Amino acid sequence: MKTSRFWAWLVFIVGAAYFFIPLIATFEFSLRMRRGEYSFDAYRVVLGDARFQETFAYSVTVAVFTILLGVFLVVPTAYWIRLRMPQLRPIVEFITLLPLVIPAIVIVFGYIRMYGSNSPLPFLGSARGTDALLVIGYATLALPYMYRAVDTGLRTIDVRTLTEAAQILGAGWTTIIARVILPNVLIAVLSGAFLTFAIVIGEFTLASLLNRPAFGPYLQNIGANRAYEPAALAVIAFAITWGCMSVIQILARFAPKSANRPN
Amino acid sequence: MADPFLSIQSVKKSFGNVAVVKDFNLDVGAGEFVSFLGPSGCGKTTMLRIVAGFEEPSAGKVLIGGKDVTGLKPNQRNIGMVFQAYALFPNLTVAQNIGFGLKVAGMPKAEAQARIDEMLAIIKLPDFGDRYPYQLSGGQQQRIALARALAPKPKLLLLDEPLSALDAKVRISLREEIRSIQKKLGITTIFVTHDQEEALSMSDRIVVMNEGRADQTGTPFEIYNRPSTKFVANFVGTLNVLEGTISDAASGTVKINAEEIGLKGKLNGSKAGDTLSLALRPEAISLGRKAGNDSNLTGQIADVHFLGSVIRVRVGVGQNVVSLDTFNSPSSPPPVVGQKTEISFSSGDVLVLH
Repeated sequence: MKTSRFWAWLVFIVGAAYFFIPLIATFEFSLRMRRGEYSFDAYRVVLGDARFQETFAYSVTVAVFTILLGVFLVVPTAYWIRLRMPQLRPIVEFITLLPLVIPAIVIVFGYIRMYGSNSPLPFLGSARGTDALLVIGYATLALPYMYRAVDTGLRTIDVRTLTEAAQILGAGWTTIIARVILPNVLIAVLSGAFLTFAIVIGEFTLASLLNRPAFGPYLQNIGANRAYEPAALAVIAFAITWGCMSVIQILARFAPKSANRPN
Repeated sequence: MADPFLSIQSVKKSFGNVAVVKDFNLDVGAGEFVSFLGPSGCGKTTMLRIVAGFEEPSAGKVLIGGKDVTGLKPNQRNIGMVFQAYALFPNLTVAQNIGFGLKVAGMPKAEAQARIDEMLAIIKLPDFGDRYPYQLSGGQQQRIALARALAPKPKLLLLDEPLSALDAKVRISLREEIRSIQKKLGITTIFVTHDQEEALSMSDRIVVMNEGRADQTGTPFEIYNRPSTKFVANFVGTLNVLEGTISDAASGTVKINAEEIGLKGKLNGSKAGDTLSLALRPEAISLGRKAGNDSNLTGQIADVHFLGSVIRVRVGVGQNVVSLDTFNSPSSPPPVVGQKTEISFSSGDVLVLH
């Protein structure tokens, strides 16, 4: 018993060291901007930079629209597949996995060829159109995470019976999705939403090649030209991601409990 | 039935090449409690889902209150339904669950609250409104599901094996409660079950289904005592089937293992030499001769099971084995295995199976 606990702790410590030592080193380096003493100067510079605020605000806005698009696209699709077309599930799962296989650079070149200013759908003809295309592109990149999260959430409830129970009580499709299905998979949707947020905040390829003022290209630019600020930005990016994860954990406590699985 | 409330007319349903419901006809009167009884896969749930509108029939129509509802969606039929798996909405409280249909229908809040309170009182859970489904037992959840189905005052109530997931004690008390609420509200009800005891104890009429057809429709008394097919006789209750040969069709004499019994008037259309199956309920058979029983057979006791107040005895009669129950009497010892014995019954209790 004692031996097995020793090995369990050893594995835990090695794993924790693997993850935390680079992060601690980065954090320590980010504090060295002032010669001979630790300070938060690098953070002050980064957070005071107008471009940081602009690019971060832009990326947050794009992330919110991406999440909304993802929810509107994925929740009804995953629900309908579970309810009426379960035989299509492997095909839809395969399609949602494609963004993991096809590099973002291929997707963005496809977009540039398809939606140029001379095409029937000239998304790239205006800044707003390009923003919309960026949102669509990000929704595609986040699809594997959003679909899986929602599908897993749907698996925990008896979709068919709940739908039929609502139907027989007079509810239409909008009421069923809004008042029965969505509240019961809300935590799963939020998990997908925060994963989407984390992807969008750091994404470089699409934003850079579509020439949008997003946070990813800003990070890259700072990283290429400064010494301490990129380390501070890396720590900030980690803090944002962990913040998202913590919110998922907190919200999971408020998940509706299934009658069959109370805990 | 002159003016049925629910009329199912020549309904058929196939999934691909598999015919699940084959030409089903039924008229149900207003306020009647009708059970669909049958084994798994007999089409009873499919038939219920057709009435609910979840399945579209391949042919035939469904009329409720004289109106053809075959093409209507489930949310346009004003039907209440209770599911086997409760199907309470986990994110809503008990009161919100019961009020769901009322809210969808746009009932004013105060009126809806009064109806919710009324339903909670009917199911005898008046203080449970603020609880969530996961805080309730299976029996309580099913009562809430019943209240939710009844709250919008539906024209018809469908119960899809609502007691199957519950333990035996709760099942018995809840079936009595469902029946009493149904009688009190006078709501026309279709109840699907594979449990014969439930069907026999709750129903005004029972439809015994087999392979997509209604084999027999009748009162519980008729179904149990006068089964019209071998399937119904075997499925409902315990039944002894004896194989015999007709000696004389005119006088109704049948030979079973070299002994003859008389079944006057029950062998119409048969002739001497035909083999036939005769059915007898265990409670219709006595061990030994008994006054009033006009038929006797000789056999040997094959098995004795002491069940407390009842002793179940199996008697070998030639190739047939007959089960019968006798009451336990502390003053007389139970029968002994291997002992020769006579069994007796009234020829009036013998069913000739087709």
